[in-house]
Amino acid sequence: MFAPAPFLLKDVSVSQVMIQVCVALIPGIAAYASLVGPAILVQLVIATLAALLAEAIMLKVRGKPLALFLTDGSAIVTAWLIALTFPPLAPWWLVVTGTVFAVVVAKHLYGGLGQNPFNPAMVAFAVCIVAFPALMSQWPSVGLQLGLIDQMNIILGWAPRVDTLTGATPLDAMKTALKLGEGSFDVTTLLANQDIYGNFAGRGWEWVAAGYLLGGLWLWHRKLITWHVPLAFVASLSLISGALWLYNPGQFASPLFHLLSGGAMLGAFFIATDPVSGCTTPRGKLIFGAGAGLLAYIIRVFGGYPDGVAFAVLLMNLSAPLIDLLTQPPIFGMKDKA
Amino acid sequence: MLMNLFKFKGGVKPPTNKTQSVTLPIAQAPLPSRLVVPLHQSIGGMPQPTVQAGDKVLKGQLIGEADGWISAAVHAPTSGTVLEVAMHVQPHPSGLDALCVVIEPDGKDEWIAHAPLDYAAMPPEAVREHLQQSGVVGLGGAVFPTHGKLTASKTVPMEELVINGAECEPFITCDDLLMRERAEEVVRGIGVFRDLLQPKKVLIGIEDNKPEAAAAMRLAVQTLGETFEVVQVPTLYPAGGAKQLIRVLTGKEVPASKRSTDLGVQCFNVATAYTAWRAIAHGEPVVSRLVTLSGNVHAPRNYEVLIGTPMGELLKLAQPHPDTDGIIMGGPMMGFLVPDANVPVVKATNCLIAHSERLFPPKAPEMPCIRCGSCAQACPHELQPFEMYWFSRAKNFGKTQEYNIFDCIECGCCSFVCPSRIPLVQYFRFAKSEIWAREREKNASDQAKARFEFKQLREEREKADKAEKLAKAAAAQAAKKAAEAAAAAAATTETNGLSADAPPAASEPAPASTVDAAKAAKMATIEAAMARAKAQREAVQPKNTENLTPEQQKAAADIEARRIAAHLTEPEPVAPASEKPE
Repeated sequence: MFAPAPFLLKDVSVSQVMIQVCVALIPGIAAYASLVGPAILVQLVIATLAALLAEAIMLKVRGKPLALFLTDGSAIVTAWLIALTFPPLAPWWLVVTGTVFAVVVAKHLYGGLGQNPFNPAMVAFAVCIVAFPALMSQWPSVGLQLGLIDQMNIILGWAPRVDTLTGATPLDAMKTALKLGEGSFDVTTLLANQDIYGNFAGRGWEWVAAGYLLGGLWLWHRKLITWHVPLAFVASLSLISGALWLYNPGQFASPLFHLLSGGAMLGAFFIATDPVSGCTTPRGKLIFGAGAGLLAYIIRVFGGYPDGVAFAVLLMNLSAPLIDLLTQPPIFGMKDKA
Repeated sequence: MLMNLFKFKGGVKPPTNKTQSVTLPIAQAPLPSRLVVPLHQSIGGMPQPTVQAGDKVLKGQLIGEADGWISAAVHAPTSGTVLEVAMHVQPHPSGLDALCVVIEPDGKDEWIAHAPLDYAAMPPEAVREHLQQSGVVGLGGAVFPTHGKLTASKTVPMEELVINGAECEPFITCDDLLMRERAEEVVRGIGVFRDLLQPKKVLIGIEDNKPEAAAAMRLAVQTLGETFEVVQVPTLYPAGGAKQLIRVLTGKEVPASKRSTDLGVQCFNVATAYTAWRAIAHGEPVVSRLVTLSGNVHAPRNYEVLIGTPMGELLKLAQPHPDTDGIIMGGPMMGFLVPDANVPVVKATNCLIAHSERLFPPKAPEMPCIRCGSCAQACPHELQPFEMYWFSRAKNFGKTQEYNIFDCIECGCCSFVCPSRIPLVQYFRFAKSEIWAREREKNASDQAKARFEFKQLREEREKADKAEKLAKAAAAQAAKKAAEAAAAAAATTETNGLSADAPPAASEPAPASTVDAAKAAKMATIEAAMARAKAQREAVQPKNTENLTPEQQKAAADIEARRIAAHLTEPEPVAPASEKPE
């Protein structure tokens, strides 16, 4: 007959939550598009279509209501995060492969919405960077001014992938230079001499990072995320990079460089804050964010991959249930006991 | 007067919808066509009916006697005739029946003799007894017998008496109007509670969206020269939950495992204080209460309503819109749809909301939990509802208890904020009832086991007792026999020389014990019975050969002779040799 109490409900839904996450990504996307060109928008469309198609098929196979779950927006968020973390000129099939893997394996094979132990977008990133390392590290060269048609031709494979068009990311370039040089280069000269670097981080990438930061703060303002994870992430990344930078500024880049490079801001506000695969208790969120920031730095600087956010988040996803269990907050009336 | 308020975590701010029903003063609801008064109107025992069908009753007459300490009496709400004492459907989501006294009003509304009590001269025990006999229970909705809460803890000093005028549920305004219009009687009632509990401070908490009520209460406190503090608390659902209000006013947190008196606090609703005062100052038992009629109606308003008034009939006063499809008793956050429009108003009925889909749109389909944590942020008891939901769903009830499911007050904040539209409270009620059911089952089986073991023990003890008795009897018997034998032996020795002919038979019957004698007697009886049966059988057998004429006898003998000659039959023995006495 009728649903039971409460009869009054707040006007919120899963779709609204997901849509607001997408809206919060828009400043970052705008900065990204102005930096590397409209290709990123094409990738966003490709990823979205692939995600919705894969979602529809999986829902059909699993006998779930299509309309209800296709409109929940979760597949779109996953698709957008994939598009934003993959190289913007990556071939279309790479983005589709990552997206389909994320939706089919990382999400639906674990039980669908709300059941995935790992962040699906980060699973896609990790799988693709392991399987296609070369393609996943081809980023457009700085100052590459290609029109939409040229970019689409590259994405769709109709134009040859010329090496001069692509290069390393600022993080990758610094890592390679420091490793190859083994002391003959130092960070300050690298930053000063290479034109992929701007004032703080990769040239122009500061603006993208700032865009994500802005969107993230809006999410916090809307109470869709709490301050715990982003703050802990930023704090731990700043502390470790700051300590090593103070110890040897020639060998280690500044905290600002690390915060504004690669996936740090996207990771802090949009990826590590994923409620499904992350921690839920306040103290758990602090541990989760701090752990992700620390691991991201270690992988970036000492590990085998140029950026460590994806692996850091996945590793923390792995420990999230245990952290939650160990950080249960005391309840009303039981605070003196805890 | 400024005082430091505390905050409770969580809470939600649903639209209050209170302005509709406060525009008009309290009205008296007319006498209904009949009154169905449930006997069980408070937590605790089931009051026993003291009237039967056909009895004439007066307003305020006792119709149900309190059953034990945690129970309160029930009274006739008006004068009239008892139609029946029978089972009727209750205002409870289960739709179950309970024993009710049905009264047909005679229209005179004639009171029993009642008079004010000399309260100042009464010992506290007598005041509590009087409140119980007047049916005073918590009118905030929990209906706990008030007298049961009026004894201070012996070990913890009573610090604060908290009076709950918060009324945080949307739509409900009956306490608001009560405080606006009858503040003085409320304050006098609080004075009674104060006298019984002797707290250091009395705090009256009212949500800050009821400034008129707060002003009226302040004025009454001032007029009566009391030292009570009227405190306006922030409007935040569920600020009117007793534990939340205690937290806000005193900073003390009462966990599920403790009673508030353990922390030196006690809490009463304003309407309870009002009825307590009526019971003392006028000798009036609780036969009516204020009810807010609101929701999908044309004329929302507060009414003074007789307990037992059928809800459907009452709601008509507020002119429900035609699309009304149900009645919610209580507020929209914790209330429930009554199973039937004929269910009566009871002491817990503070509000009736006409339900319609326009007012309360059907809920969107349930989605999976995305662990967003909104529920945990909204929970005023700082629980982790999504974890409890997960374990309730998995029927892992042990885990739900580890996550403190019994601290859940079912306020509905978690369901209210859930973006996945999961009816979380329902899951928790389910889990709690399952845990209780299992507990009951376990207790029942434990008791059965204990009973069985006791029975076994008793039987064994009886057996042992019997064996002991028999052994004692046998020993006594043996001793007796030994003595007899000794005596006999002595006798034989004496007679031996005198008569060689004397057979030793004299000593022969001696070994036959009384047991053997009994056995023999029994055997003899059986044999006699068998002999009797045989004789009867034989006597019955030759039925058709009696009374034969000599000719007939001769013919029969001839036939028999021929048959024997033809070897058709064995010659019938004339007299069996075996039976012949020797």
